[in-house]
Amino acid sequence: MVINNNSPCSKLEEILRAGHFAVTAELNPPDSADSEDVYKAAEILANVCDGINAVDASGANCHISSVAMCALLTRAGYEPVYQVTCRDRNRIAIQGDMLGAAAMGVLNVLCLTGDDVTAGDQPEAKRVFDFDSIQLLRTARTMRDEATFLSGRKITSPPCFFLGAAANPFVPPYDWRPQRLAKKIAAGAQFIQTQYCFDLPRFKEYMTQVRDLGLDKQAFILAGVGPLKSAGAAEFMRTKVPGVVIPDQYVDRLKKTPKEKQQEEGKKICIELIEQIREIDGIAGIHIMAYRQEELVAEIVEQAGLMPRPTSNNQNKEQE
Amino acid sequence: MFRWLQNFPHFLEVVYNLFEVGLSPLKRWFNPGGKAEPLVIAAEKLGKGAVFNCKMCGQCILHSTGMTCPMTCPKHLRNGPCGGVRQNGKCEVKPDMNCVWVEAYERSLKMPKYGRQFASLQPPMNNQLEGSSSWINMFHGIDIKLPQGWSSTRDIPVKFVKEDHYGNK
Repeated sequence: MVINNNSPCSKLEEILRAGHFAVTAELNPPDSADSEDVYKAAEILANVCDGINAVDASGANCHISSVAMCALLTRAGYEPVYQVTCRDRNRIAIQGDMLGAAAMGVLNVLCLTGDDVTAGDQPEAKRVFDFDSIQLLRTARTMRDEATFLSGRKITSPPCFFLGAAANPFVPPYDWRPQRLAKKIAAGAQFIQTQYCFDLPRFKEYMTQVRDLGLDKQAFILAGVGPLKSAGAAEFMRTKVPGVVIPDQYVDRLKKTPKEKQQEEGKKICIELIEQIREIDGIAGIHIMAYRQEELVAEIVEQAGLMPRPTSNNQNKEQE
Repeated sequence: MFRWLQNFPHFLEVVYNLFEVGLSPLKRWFNPGGKAEPLVIAAEKLGKGAVFNCKMCGQCILHSTGMTCPMTCPKHLRNGPCGGVRQNGKCEVKPDMNCVWVEAYERSLKMPKYGRQFASLQPPMNNQLEGSSSWINMFHGIDIKLPQGWSSTRDIPVKFVKEDHYGNK
């Protein structure tokens, strides 16, 4: 698959371009000023995935900032995916942060609109949304390819970014969702991480439309998955977390399982889903979101048959 | 009061078209900072407010968004629906409100002339124009002035899956 002719910016990009089935995982930011807490959380993910997503105030809740977390991760040699949302910062702050992140070695950027402030623990906050995700993508691409800010002012040393976007095929308007993806790709998205894929029939239909548009050849699509901790957690996620759709069959399956075995069952469902998703044409990898169950990610990757993870050429050279 | 008119996007499209032509003779009164400006602003507020719940962003793209004001979206999105839309088509932020973009999409399908512009890439807002008249800004090309780093991307064609939605193949 050829996305563009430039040499890859990041290890994640290199792995995807080499045709490996990629694995990324979400790192939930600690509420702590101790860098050790970030490293502890990253350690369990680092060897089982090709990129660690540093979440930007997930669900509009205040945590350690994603840019700081990325800086810590690059210092330790990890491969972060810097998540940027438009909710909290205007275009001046966002462009400055992206440049700063690049200076600290961040190479993967995921451009998001972001959950609304009302989803979080401080709903009284002022929402910004100076950009939307598509304008953010396009601006990041301009910074990289034209070496200018949005204003046109020159950047002396432009960032090298592998640019990503999110997609949610599971909410209306369903017909429009593949075209929204097309729009994001037109704006600069090179990889896509989707919302949790539980509703597989819907996802397959979406992917058919995506393939019809040839979009799977223009960007690497990573399907979002994650273990459900319990029947209660699943119910919470599908009612309270914006954009998450979980069909009854999975919630019922968890409800029928004794309480102490529900987490194990949730993991089993996740592995089954990964196996089915791998069969779908045009899927380049998976993105694991194991909120507060990060310790399960290694088992999931292992049991889904996705180990060992590939190494990039640069790493091989270093080892030689 | 006149919000029901939004359910007739094709009609509004025709009116929009007539408006563009109809306003042209008045062009000489439509000056930024001119004496008539407050009047024009008041008229726009009243008319577009009643039908579209217009927020006076000063850079109107109604015809590209199914004659549905994108500024009524709580996130002020200009490029389509976010991923938080509820399965019943309601808004993530306001559970009782229909998602602005779900409505905009459905309406754009009923607009033979401008419907396709729903796919165009909309540039970042010029927040300086808030509260000014988009009619005046349109006549003077103020609303289409883009930041240098954006270049003219307003109409990057995005291919539609179902071309026949718009009555064309």
